[in-house]
Amino acid sequence: MDFASLVFYFFAAILLLSALRVVTAKNPVHAALALVLAFFTAAGIWLLLEAEFLAITLVLVYVGAVMVLFIFVVMMLDINIEEMRKGFWDYLPIAALVAGLMAVEMVVVLGGDRFGLTAPAPLPADFSNTKQLGLLLYTDYVYAFELAAVILLVAIVAAIALTLRRRPNRKIIDVGWQVRQTHEGRIRMVNLKPQKPEAKPVEDDE
Amino acid sequence: METMQQLLGPAWMPTWIVIKIVVIVLPLLIAVAYLTYAERKIIGWMQVRMGPNRVGFFGYRLWGLGQPIADAVKLMTKEIMLPTGANKTLFLTAPVLAIAPAMAAWAVVPFNDRMVLANVDASLLYIMAITSMGVYGVVVAGWASNSKYALLGALRSAAQIVSYEIAMGFALVGVLMSAQSLNLVEIVQHQAGGFWQWYWLPLFPLFIVYLIAGVAETNRAPFDVAEGESEIVAGFHVDYSGMAFAVFFLAEYANMILVAALVAIMFLGGWLSPLPFLPDSMVWLFAKMSFVLFCFLWFRATFPRYRYDQIMRLGWKVFIPVTLVWILVVGAFMQTPLGYLFH
Repeated sequence: MDFASLVFYFFAAILLLSALRVVTAKNPVHAALALVLAFFTAAGIWLLLEAEFLAITLVLVYVGAVMVLFIFVVMMLDINIEEMRKGFWDYLPIAALVAGLMAVEMVVVLGGDRFGLTAPAPLPADFSNTKQLGLLLYTDYVYAFELAAVILLVAIVAAIALTLRRRPNRKIIDVGWQVRQTHEGRIRMVNLKPQKPEAKPVEDDE
Repeated sequence: METMQQLLGPAWMPTWIVIKIVVIVLPLLIAVAYLTYAERKIIGWMQVRMGPNRVGFFGYRLWGLGQPIADAVKLMTKEIMLPTGANKTLFLTAPVLAIAPAMAAWAVVPFNDRMVLANVDASLLYIMAITSMGVYGVVVAGWASNSKYALLGALRSAAQIVSYEIAMGFALVGVLMSAQSLNLVEIVQHQAGGFWQWYWLPLFPLFIVYLIAGVAETNRAPFDVAEGESEIVAGFHVDYSGMAFAVFFLAEYANMILVAALVAIMFLGGWLSPLPFLPDSMVWLFAKMSFVLFCFLWFRATFPRYRYDQIMRLGWKVFIPVTLVWILVVGAFMQTPLGYLFH
């Protein structure tokens, strides 16, 4: 066994174990952290397949941003695990269907030779995955790419529009207004003469 | 070296890599120790104090140069306390999660044309991906401590780091557009020809955004709401003691040195000399890093802490639009004969 396959089996074992932990962990934070580990090891396997751009982007986008926000939310939830377990049998048929479909897809991809798929030839060492991907995205697939970007933008705007509530008496800060303030609007200078209370006449009591 | 190669045979390659890692990490740790000393001394001078000046070596005071060693020994011999109800595994994993990215990022940082541990094609992307993982140490520490102050610090830090990463990434997009490469060595080589050719000048807004976002990413003052001594005691590491706390401390300072190195490489010409007739050397890189680190310490001594909503406003409403506009400007100029200005 050469070094590359040793690394592959090492990563694959970690990936499977952490993926298993995602669905079996009782604590949702543990499950989310296991998912982070799964993403990270998947990126390691992609690096082995010389897909460095995809691997690094997986870490950058999913591990560095998406999962951070995920954990951010999960940390603050007070989840009752018993409550969540109740729906297990109701959801089982749908879950089994999804799992079955995924298994079929995996068989088609992994057993590709039988169905006429051929593995790509290995590429020279100076081949730049990133450059090639960029060229393809901005030439052959430019419309699909731009369309996906527009759909994402619409999704962002829609998400904000759905959650935006206009409340009266919002405590909003107008920075320009704050910066424009001078002492003239705040302090009133008054010329006050010093005032003394009139001295009481001294009473002689003997 | 040749005799060693023959002696070790196939084991030579891994051994050589380990030697190179040690050669990078050991000076880094020493630099971290003496950065804390520099911080205390410089801020001391700025506030007309002496700073540490007692602990020295062999009975000599030596301006307090022994202070970082004494601090390290103190922290190593202290007990690591485990708070009640804390999640033990995650509590002890968090410092490791904090320091591992700060160290791993150095794998692709070039010190000159040839001296780089791994000269990979997409090293800029690698740096962005690895540094974006640093937030897990803070978040996991905050959650595992089972303390409300720690959790608040973790939440603040997660929101802040995710916000400033976007501006930081866009600033780097400008750099890679100018250099037309994702490789840090090539980015530096593109800036050759004197200090007016370095990217700080054509990409000035991006340089400022990157520098300030770097301060925010490392949770340094004035962006240190994750620690916020006056509001939430020490934030995410309030329950850490001894060596576990020291590792967080190490990670923060290692990240500062990393950001300084990245600013020097991407905007200040890396190891290139400021004037064309002077020789290029690693010394220039270290000088530029020292300057950036001095600025970090200077900021801390100068500015009061930002309020949380002001941090969010600066990140989302100021920095991201500025970087987007400047990327457009660079892209538009590259289509005209004036494109050489942004090379």
